[in-house]
Amino acid sequence: MHANIDTALAIPAVRFAGVARHFGAVKAVDGVDLSILPGEFFAMLGPSGSGKTTCLRLIAGFEQPDAGHIEIFGEKVEGLPPYRRAVNTVFQDYALFPHLSVGDNVAYGLRVRGVGRAERDKQAREALAMVKLTGMESRRPAQLSGGQRQRVALARALIVRPKVLLLDEPLGALDLKLREEMQLELKGLQRTLGLSFVFVTHDQGEALSMADRVAVFNEGRIVQVGPPEEVYERPRTRFVAGFVGSANVLSAAEAQALGAPARPSSLRPEKIALMSAGASAPRGAVVLDAAIVDVSYQGPVRRITARTPARLVLVAAVPAGQAGEIERGGRVRFAVRSDALQPMESEE
Amino acid sequence: MIPAILDAPAPHEGTLRRLSDLLVRRHNLLVLILLVPPLLWLGMVYLGSLFVFLGQSIFSIDEFSGTIVREPTLATLAELFRPANFDILIRTVSIAAAVTLLCAIIGFPMAYYAARYAGPRAKAAFYLAVMMPLWSSYLVKIYGWKLLLAKEGAIGWIAGRLGLGPALEAWLALPLVGGPSLSVSYTGMVLVFTYLWLPFMILPMHAALERVPRSLIEAAGDLGASPGRTFRTVILPLALPGVVAGAIFTFSLTLGDYIVPQIIGTSALVLGQAVYTLQGTAGNIPLSAAFSLVPILVMALFLTLAKKTGAFDAL
Repeated sequence: MHANIDTALAIPAVRFAGVARHFGAVKAVDGVDLSILPGEFFAMLGPSGSGKTTCLRLIAGFEQPDAGHIEIFGEKVEGLPPYRRAVNTVFQDYALFPHLSVGDNVAYGLRVRGVGRAERDKQAREALAMVKLTGMESRRPAQLSGGQRQRVALARALIVRPKVLLLDEPLGALDLKLREEMQLELKGLQRTLGLSFVFVTHDQGEALSMADRVAVFNEGRIVQVGPPEEVYERPRTRFVAGFVGSANVLSAAEAQALGAPARPSSLRPEKIALMSAGASAPRGAVVLDAAIVDVSYQGPVRRITARTPARLVLVAAVPAGQAGEIERGGRVRFAVRSDALQPMESEE
Repeated sequence: MIPAILDAPAPHEGTLRRLSDLLVRRHNLLVLILLVPPLLWLGMVYLGSLFVFLGQSIFSIDEFSGTIVREPTLATLAELFRPANFDILIRTVSIAAAVTLLCAIIGFPMAYYAARYAGPRAKAAFYLAVMMPLWSSYLVKIYGWKLLLAKEGAIGWIAGRLGLGPALEAWLALPLVGGPSLSVSYTGMVLVFTYLWLPFMILPMHAALERVPRSLIEAAGDLGASPGRTFRTVILPLALPGVVAGAIFTFSLTLGDYIVPQIIGTSALVLGQAVYTLQGTAGNIPLSAAFSLVPILVMALFLTLAKKTGAFDAL
């Protein structure tokens, strides 16, 4: 992958070396190493309490590490307060100042830098135009919808030209339609500006669709980092396999029985094919007869949970059209190619 | 298939049940039933009697017979502007303003600490410490202060021991704020008022500061504002409604009080004392009512000014 070469050459936008942050007995961040490249859209993905937000707050300067080093463009930033760092944050709750107008909210960063009224109003108008909120300057944040507030927060963070933009679950409070729209816009904005975006989310779909690279967090550590395809196709642990999409996790013996190397492996539900009665097995595939435990309809696909005679429970996602006469209590034939199984480093 | 719930025995059909059904269907009726008693109390017993009393200010008193002349006139209200009466107003408003300012200056750091830094235990101790003085008798506290402030009292003694005796003497020698001793001076009066009303300033300020989300403070820092700048541009404007609420308490409580000035003060009257003597000994209800209008007008002016400066923008 190119990423490795780039990491070695360029000065990373953000670098963590053995960073830890503990709150009493809770190890929120427990020895994290990572490099975020300039111009990269980097997603930190994990369940709540996995340490991803704390990592973001460590970059912003709201938290100080208990151990390790943090560099922003090669400069050590431990001990540096947030207002001396060239990074800006879009907060989960947007954190717009309720006593200021939208225009003054956006211009706040310029105001504290001593920029004059006329100039900062002009720049605020431009920043609002960039996020498609032209003419909203005199409104109050309370008069805006959730999506509009999100855009104001974005304009406010970008107006001071940060070197890295931090986004803390910025789409979490939006409804699905708006969220998908904002995903595209954020991605477009990031491309145009060429900035590093560090994006914290617990939504794996969001991370996969937007990021150049994804770091999967669990219990204060990064368990896997890589491009979305790599993280999805080759999960290193059971946790990644289960958290990023869904997966069947097989023990070494179960994997071997399906013709794969004797290693703990993951198997994506969509890699399991449904065989019609009487069809012969495709080359390199193992055919499994299984009793259907459950069927659930999910729009484009139907998820079939079935148990083989060897007591292996598999979940398959098959196109809804193929799954005509599938019913709970019936039987199915699955075909699994051995190369669809992905060996994992650990079953944990 | 019939859901099992339909098989459950039907609830008992009683009068109470029919009544609650009615109140659920017509919730306006419920609101009416809940609101009538307090509205009667507030509207008639409280505001009604207040307006009846204030209405007296358009009557006047016959100077010879001492009876009330029930003919509308502005003469009584005009009497407020006689130098002796106007002095009382100025004096009272100045004392109330000084008390309010002092309460805000002393109270803000305490409220700020409790809202932003105190842990749960420290916060409980804070509430207790702020509320406790309110549990003991008002008169006992004032007489306690009288002893503390007296010439031979603890404050004078401590000042003497610290070598601050001359400073205290110099302060007492000042016109207006001084006097024969702290216990007979405006300084003493302001100190006692500040002590008495401080909780009423701290609690609303604390509530306002607690409501400032941490993320707003972080956002200000994130955008480049130093802590001092964040305080001035974010925390203070958002806490201002609380400060104003506290000021309403300390200001109006001081404007109306007549006991502290009687025990601690000088022989010069304040508004509360004027109202007290006018409607008691002198029997001059109209002028007493006219005096009572003043705090209301002053508070209205105060709130208008506060609104103008944007104190309520964050509400």
